[in-house]
Parts: sequence; C-alpha cells; structure tokens
Amino acid sequence: MSDTSVPAAAVAAAPDPGNVKKDGSERWTQTLRDITGGSAMISVLAVVFALIVGAVLIAFTNERVQETAVYFFSRPGDLLQAVWAAVAGAYSALFQGAIYNFRANNFLTAIRPLTETLTFATPLIAAGLGVGLAFRVGMFNIGGRGQMLIAAGAAGYVAFAVELPAGIHLIVAILAGLLGGAIWGGIVGLLKARTGAHEVIVTIMLNFVALYLIQFLLRTPGALQAPGSNNPKTPAMLPTAVFPDLFGPRYNLHAGFLTVIAATIFVWWLLSRSNLGFQFRAVGQNPSAARVAGINVKNVYMYAMAISGALVGLAGINQVLGTVTTGFGAGIDAGIGFDAITVALLGRSRPWGIFAAGILFGAFKAGGFAMQAAEGVPIDIVVVVQALIVLFIAAPPLVRAMFHLPTPGTTKKPAIRAVKARKTNEVVAK
Amino acid sequence: MKLELRGITKRFGALVANNNISLTVESGEIHALLGENGAGKSTLMNVLYGLYIAEEGEILLDDTVQKFAGPGDAMKAGIGMVHQHFMLVPVFTVAENVVLGHEQTTFGGRLDLSAARAKVREISDRFGFDIDPDALIEDLPVGVQQRVEIIKALSQDARVLVFDEPTAVLTPQETDELMIIMRQLAESGTSIVFITHKLREVRAVADRITVIRLGTVVGEASPTATNAELASLMVGRAVELTVHKNAPELRGTALSVKNLSVIDSRNQIVVNSVSFDVQAGEVLAIAGVQGNGQTELTEALLGLQHHVTGSIELDGKPLRGYSVRHILDSGVGFVPEDRTEDGLIADFSIAENLMLDRSSGAPFVKAGNLQLGFRATFAAEKIREFDIRSQGSEMEAGRLSGGNQQKVVLARELSRELRLFVAAQPTRGLDVGSIEFVHTRIIETRDSGIPVIVVSTELDEVVALADRIAVMYRGEIVGIVPGNTPRATLGLMMAGEHAPETKALL
Repeated sequence: MSDTSVPAAAVAAAPDPGNVKKDGSERWTQTLRDITGGSAMISVLAVVFALIVGAVLIAFTNERVQETAVYFFSRPGDLLQAVWAAVAGAYSALFQGAIYNFRANNFLTAIRPLTETLTFATPLIAAGLGVGLAFRVGMFNIGGRGQMLIAAGAAGYVAFAVELPAGIHLIVAILAGLLGGAIWGGIVGLLKARTGAHEVIVTIMLNFVALYLIQFLLRTPGALQAPGSNNPKTPAMLPTAVFPDLFGPRYNLHAGFLTVIAATIFVWWLLSRSNLGFQFRAVGQNPSAARVAGINVKNVYMYAMAISGALVGLAGINQVLGTVTTGFGAGIDAGIGFDAITVALLGRSRPWGIFAAGILFGAFKAGGFAMQAAEGVPIDIVVVVQALIVLFIAAPPLVRAMFHLPTPGTTKKPAIRAVKARKTNEVVAK
Repeated sequence: MKLELRGITKRFGALVANNNISLTVESGEIHALLGENGAGKSTLMNVLYGLYIAEEGEILLDDTVQKFAGPGDAMKAGIGMVHQHFMLVPVFTVAENVVLGHEQTTFGGRLDLSAARAKVREISDRFGFDIDPDALIEDLPVGVQQRVEIIKALSQDARVLVFDEPTAVLTPQETDELMIIMRQLAESGTSIVFITHKLREVRAVADRITVIRLGTVVGEASPTATNAELASLMVGRAVELTVHKNAPELRGTALSVKNLSVIDSRNQIVVNSVSFDVQAGEVLAIAGVQGNGQTELTEALLGLQHHVTGSIELDGKPLRGYSVRHILDSGVGFVPEDRTEDGLIADFSIAENLMLDRSSGAPFVKAGNLQLGFRATFAAEKIREFDIRSQGSEMEAGRLSGGNQQKVVLARELSRELRLFVAAQPTRGLDVGSIEFVHTRIIETRDSGIPVIVVSTELDEVVALADRIAVMYRGEIVGIVPGNTPRATLGLMMAGEHAPETKALL
C-alpha cells in the first residue's frame, strides 16, 4: 500500500489486452516527447553527423575519387586529395550558395545568397512553428499540406479577386489565409475533442480533401481558375496584396519574412508567457493532471490545432503573396508541410529553435542549387543530409519504441506510463 | 507438483517490492495470496513466471531448483499463468489462441489446427467447459475467455497454475463458476496460486492463505479465519500514528451527498446510491479495501466522472453535473489519489505546478499574460510555508521526493479559499515524517472550519484523522460510525459485514 509503483510495475508486465493499443499509442506519445524534449546539443550533433555522412556520400559519388581509388595502393595521396577536393568543393559551394558568395564583385551581390536562404526559410519557419506548437500540446500535425493549401487558396482568392487599397488589401489577404488555415486545423482539433479521432489520421485525410478541393476550384471558372485559361492555375496576385520586397528588386526576400519573425515572437509569448500556452503545455505533458486541475482539455485541443493550422497557413500565405505571386497551382505547398515536421523536430519545438532550424533548412535549399550548378553534386545529397538529421534526432527514441526497450531513467517509469495510457485516452474519449 | 519459493527478494531501484518472501504450495492445493494493491503479489508472481529476475532467493519445483530466464522456461517447467488481463488475440479462434506460440505444423509449414481443435475439445471435456474450438475470442463472454486462458495453460501441461486477480473482470455468477473450476483443477493434482484482495473468495476456495503487505509475508491463515482477522492482517501498519487533535467544532452541514451513483466506462455501477453529510469542521474518513468505489466517489465529487446520478450539494448549491473548473471555483480542494498522474506535471517547475489549477484568472493571470513575478513570490512563500525541500521554485516537480511532491499538491490546494477539502490517499508512499506533516495540515484545515473528506485504505490513517468513518464495500457505504470505533469492527465492515454492533449504530 505504501508505494504505487509495485502494482503498476505488474501492470506494465501484464498489460490489459484492451489497453494494448492505448499502451502503444502512449509509447509513441512518449517517443514524441523524447524527440521534442531533448537538448539543443543533440540537434547540433545531428547536423554535424549528417554533414559528415553527406561528405562520405559526396566523396563516393565523385568521379575523380573513383578514378584515384583504382590506384590507391600505389599513390594513396591522390585519393585523399580527390576526396578533399570533392567534399571541400561541394560544401564550399553550399556555403557560397547559401550565405556569402566570395566570388562576387561587390558586397551587395555577395550577400544575395543569404537573402535567398531567408526567402526559402520563411515558409519553413512558419509551418515549423505550427507543427512545433502541436507537438507541445502532445499532437502530431501532419496536415501541413492541407492547411497550407486552404490558406493559400483563401489568401490567394482575396489577393487576386478582391480589389482593396494597397496595404489594407495585403492585411485582409493575410487574415483570410490565417482563417483558412485555422479552420482546416481546427476541424482536426474539433474531431479529436468531440469524437476522440486520432489527429494523425484526420490530418492525413484532410490533406487529400484539401488537395482535391483546391484542384477542383482551380478548374472551376469563377473560383480559383484564371479567367480565359484552361490551366488549373490562378491569375496573378494584384500588386496591392503582394508582400513588398524588403531590400529592393535586386533580392527575392520579401516582407513575409517579417511576418514570420512576428509569428516566432507570438509563439514564444504564447508558450512561455500566456495562460493559454500554460494550459497547452500542461495538456501536452500530462492531460490527466490538466483535467483534474480544471483545464478544459477538449478546448485546448481545439484551440491548439486552430492556432497550429493558422501558423502552417502562414507558410501558404507566404508562398502565394511573396514567393510565387504570378498565380499558383495545386503544388504550391511544395512539400513544405512535411519539411516543417523536420524543422520542428530539429528546433525541438521551441520557437527560436524552429526559427534557427528553418534558416538552416532554407540554407540547404538555397545552397543545394548552387552546389549542383558549381560542382555537379546532385541536389539529392542535400535531401539525404536533411533526412539523416531527422534520423539522428529521432533514432534513439524511435529505436527504443520499436523494440520496446525501457526508457533510460528510473525503473518506475514504464509503470507510470501504463496507467497514464488509460487516462490519456479516457480524457479524449469523454 | 509442489512449488516452493525461498527468500525471494525483488528490488526496483530503491524500492523493495518483495522482501525475503517464502511460500510453499503443495500438490493439489489452492494457495491464496492475499494483499492490498501494491503489496507485491503480482511482482512475486512475475518473478515466478520468469518475467522478472529476483535479486535473491530461489524457486523450487518438486524440490529441484529452477532457473527461469523468461516465461518460456517457466512454461516448460510446468508453470501456467492466467493473467488478470487476458493475453488472447481477439480476432483468432479459440484453437488458434491455444496453440499461439507453440504452433504445430504439418508438411510445408501449414498449421495443424485439427490437432489444436482436438486438444481444446479434450481439455474442455475433461472439465466440462463446453467451448467451441472455432469460436472467435471476441465473440465470447469474459468468463469463457478466461477458460480459454486456462485451457491454454493446461495445453502446455501446466501443473502449477497462477491466477492473477482472476475475478476482477468477472460477474458474481462467473466468479462462482471459476471457483468450481479451480476446485476441479486442484482435485486433478494441479497446484493453484490464487492472487486476490477479495476476502470472500479466499475463504470460499483456498486451502491455505498467505497475507502479503508491503512486500513481506505478514502472516499465514487458514480459511476458517474471520474476515476481520484477514482484513486487519492486510491493512494494518506497524508504525503507530498519532495526530494531536481536539474534539471537532461542528458548524453545521456543509456537504450533502444523496443517492449518489457512478457508472464507470465499463458500464458497471461502481458507486451505488451513496448518501452522507459532512459538517463544517469535521473530518469524515472513507475507509475500505481498495477498489470498492472510493476513487470513483471522490472523482464524482470533483466532476471527473461522467455518469453520475443523485445529488451533491455544497453549502446548499448543487455541484453535480458541473465542470471541474466550476467545482474548483466553488471552493473544492482536491488531493488526487495518484499524485504523479493526476496531481502534478512532472516536467513543470514547482512554481508552475503551484498555479496549475488557477491558470485562467487572477492572481496568476492578467489579460492572458502569466504574472511570472507574482508566481515566483508565491512559490517562494509556499516553499517556505510547506517546507518543500527543493533547489528553488524553478526545480522540476518530478525531481522532488514523494513527500515533497505531495507538499506541492497540498500547498496548491490549501492556498485557495476552500469550502470543502477532499484528500484521497493523502499519505500513500510517504515516509513517516511527511505523513505527520500531511496529517497535521489536514487537522488544521478541519479546525479552520472547513469540511474535510479523507479517503484512505490504511486503517491507521483513518483512525488517526477521522471524526466519523464511512466504510465502503462494493460501491456502497456499509455504515457510518464514530471515529473511535474499534478496529475489529471496522475490519468487519471493510469485509462487507454489518456486524450486530455496527448495525446498532446505523
């Protein structure tokens, strides 16, 4: 009687068959918590290791390296030199394509890659913030694609079909997009709160719904389709609703980057300074304690998903009002909704961490093209490096979850979790 | 087969779950292992079944020492286990489940299901089970599923069968049938270990009874022992607790509960038409063996249960059917039974935990902004007042000791303006010093004129704190008796008996 851990330990050893599924989902929730809750050091190490593995791949695929490897034993120096040349060349091209181009004649041209990086980073940060916020409330939002598409559709429609004075037009278009994303995310929260539907399933399905809805609207004259065109593409955005360039027409960087900075500050304030964020985190860490403390868990799920959807929607808004202002098709999300998961993981679901991770991924994107152009290294290497980063961050808890190994820490832990599983689901079900 | 456990000791970190436990089960004997939840029964059986490796001690079957590296070894040696929660695949048939893990195959790796069917038929005929080998598990009632578990164990030639809380999921009729089956098995020479905390069943079926408490064997009893003797063995505590308190200063009825019933998620009535009053300035203790509806009763008071009928009135205002938020705002303080699960957020700081149930308004929140300055001052003050041993208010609550965690919960709940204080198992898992602190606080709360409900399964705690004692058994209040009622009487009531003298008091 004196200690709760004993029966609980037994529970862990002999789980209720009815609870097995719940136990499983709880295991994944814990995994999510492990992945998102680790230290910044792991993120940094993951990036470093991924770059090292990337270097190995670059070396392997380099022709010069392959040639010199043939006579490695007679002249090993050649191989090492070739490896160095390949890796250094590729990474320096990556750097010059992403941050600062040393070969440019003047500073204004040399700094252009950095602005490219920030342009690429803008939607990644916005969507990453949305996904990260959902993580903090204990939810996995993989509906980035759908939320981006709906937000892009709403913002885009206002931007090309409604005529308003400059400035006001842009603000109204942004608000329409945010609302679209919030509704698309809010549906998920509503379904989870009212019916207990799992947000992963719902978000995936809503991605398809949004895709086909947008595709339909893009083919419907009077909706999103450009007048007089047969292509599934919208007309160009009116200039009054387009993000102005930040540093003049020489650079692609637009004022959307400022909205993303504002969003980062907002999420920081929300999570660490507001009472709503306090409730978000409480529910994310321990829904049953939150419920006992009088927090309305269902409402928290709905608010959190709506805000998450709006933030992801901001990525879609930035795409149509900033990056691709000449009209868009159904591919406007460009996979950002999924990259955002990576960004949120790398940023540990912390607002400024996500900001930094978004810029890093923006740099990979910007630099990847330069690397391919300058050194002939396939851009896929960048994708591989990104994938490896996720793998290194997620692997230890993933491996533990897959093989049912105990979480490092006290032996009590699995026991407590087995009980928690039941309650977590009850909270949702009720 | 004769089973003997010698000096089994199993530790989890600092916690000793089984301390030098010895046990002998003769061939053909039903040996009941009686103890409260958390006493270490299941741990012991998991050691026997090879799921845990004991640090010390040995397991003997027919006087030969056994070494089990896993359940497979235990099964081979002839030990079978009927788990509390069945280990069956719902979409498989009976025969498929029975051979699962020991599938016999014919040429080409095809399953030999006809052999499995024959085996199921043979065993079920032997015990009159009447089970169709081709029925799907999910279509079978719970009691029959349990028989499939038994068949599964017997098909592996188990000669020692462990039943882990087998009646927890059964209806009374199914329970009676299970008793008959257990008897039959014993008569055919199977040794049976029967784990339970239900006294009635033990006395009905056991040949011998071993009582375990806090991981040690506290006594052996024969089935002729009275319920009161068994109950006091189960729940007694060696350390005598004394709380200095004066006679209660009653200030009129504050909480009035009438005909309160709770139906749980499995559609079972867990609290059955319970009525009681609590006066301002008194402690009503709710005693009883764990699992007799106390948890659900307190959860119903706080609005955490969803199928509640009857009425709950606090100071004349109804509480039933309102949200937890509303009930907390009405002045109900609540110390939940499971501190780590429902009371605290382990990853939150002490300060954050102290504001957990006041996250929607003043003084901790203004215009949606957390008042971090106020929170820090408040936390520092409470840490001092409640003597929470920590490295400051920003330390994570999960890193505190159990006693200090409970102090955080108490500090949070007692710092609101209360009209009712409900504490469920307030000292579970705490050291003696912390227990004293918690008890003193509870009595102080009472003396300030607040009605207090303490739910406890520990008789000593009940006796130390209570002005009146309500004893719960099977979801009902057996009786409400004065705080100075003798333990023997309480023990009887906890076993569900209206003893003559207790009836007189009702």
